[in-house]
Amino acid sequence: MGKAIVVTSGKGGVGKTTTTANIGAGLAALGQKVALVDADIGLRNLDLFMGLENRVVYHLVDVIEGRATWKKAIIRDKRLENLVLLPSAQVRDKDSVTPRQMKQLVDELKQEFDFVLLDCPAGIERGFKNAVAGADQAIVVVNPEVSSVRDADRVIGLLEAEEIKCIQLVVNRLKPSMVKRGEMLAIKDIVDLLAIDLLGIVPEDEGIVISSNRGEPIALNQTMKAGQAFCNISRRLMGDEIPFVDWQEDDSFFSRLKKLFGIS
Amino acid sequence: MFDLRRLWGGKRGSKTQAKERLQLILIHDRSSLSPELLDLIKQRILDVLTEFVEIDEQGLAIDLEQTDDTSALITNIPIKAVRRNTRVL
Repeated sequence: MGKAIVVTSGKGGVGKTTTTANIGAGLAALGQKVALVDADIGLRNLDLFMGLENRVVYHLVDVIEGRATWKKAIIRDKRLENLVLLPSAQVRDKDSVTPRQMKQLVDELKQEFDFVLLDCPAGIERGFKNAVAGADQAIVVVNPEVSSVRDADRVIGLLEAEEIKCIQLVVNRLKPSMVKRGEMLAIKDIVDLLAIDLLGIVPEDEGIVISSNRGEPIALNQTMKAGQAFCNISRRLMGDEIPFVDWQEDDSFFSRLKKLFGIS
Repeated sequence: MFDLRRLWGGKRGSKTQAKERLQLILIHDRSSLSPELLDLIKQRILDVLTEFVEIDEQGLAIDLEQTDDTSALITNIPIKAVRRNTRVL
């Protein structure tokens, strides 16, 4: 029986969908059977990050309302055969699904897959309750920025109220140079404030925009910092102990000298 | 060189401000009680007290008062009379 993990944040635009897509791709690349579920009903996006938007035929609400089985609705990934996506509906309103129906679907998926990752919509209303209903664990995505940290704290309270015991933190869009100058919250500050376990640190990386333009998860590209960061997260989810990297630029005299001569 | 930090009127990095502000905001957010919960608390207090004393329910008030670092429930419960059967206790 697999694990269902909801990826949530409260605030919009912090990188929930990017995180879901990349952790999923990372886990699949490590040989796990993974189902990604886009639980953001009405605003379908996860298919874009996976480059699968042209293959969507049936969606989540079709499955819930019995027009298609989940086996018929899932789309197999182009690159990784053990990775599938259940896309969200584009036009339906989110009240067409109940938390109970979601839980039932997720329970079925858990029989078949090692990991079921649920991409939660922004906000804390019905869509949030639906996405959380079937989850065993949660990943809270936060940016090093006051409003994101505040919303994350609210969401952590709501997840605890839903009796989700394992809640882990991913800090996304960290700018190490700003942290170094004392102009951005550091990882320790955020972890101290929110008081939950850290799962990963993802640095700001132009590669994220490029990979979403292309529809290819950056986790499959180990030459990019963010790609490495997401792979580390996937490995930690599988129980590996990977040390945390703060993605600080190496700007010592020797590395600058090396750069000058084009060695590194 | 022109220093942006000077422009914001402080020598400290803005991170310290972010952290201090968040510490206060989170304390406040975590301790706020919903109106429904306040009503429930009020009802339970009434249930207990009416066993012993007669209370002016209209005059009963309960509020959550918050300052930067403390929270307190403040109630004012006007008593009409002590019940006869509890006077012996």
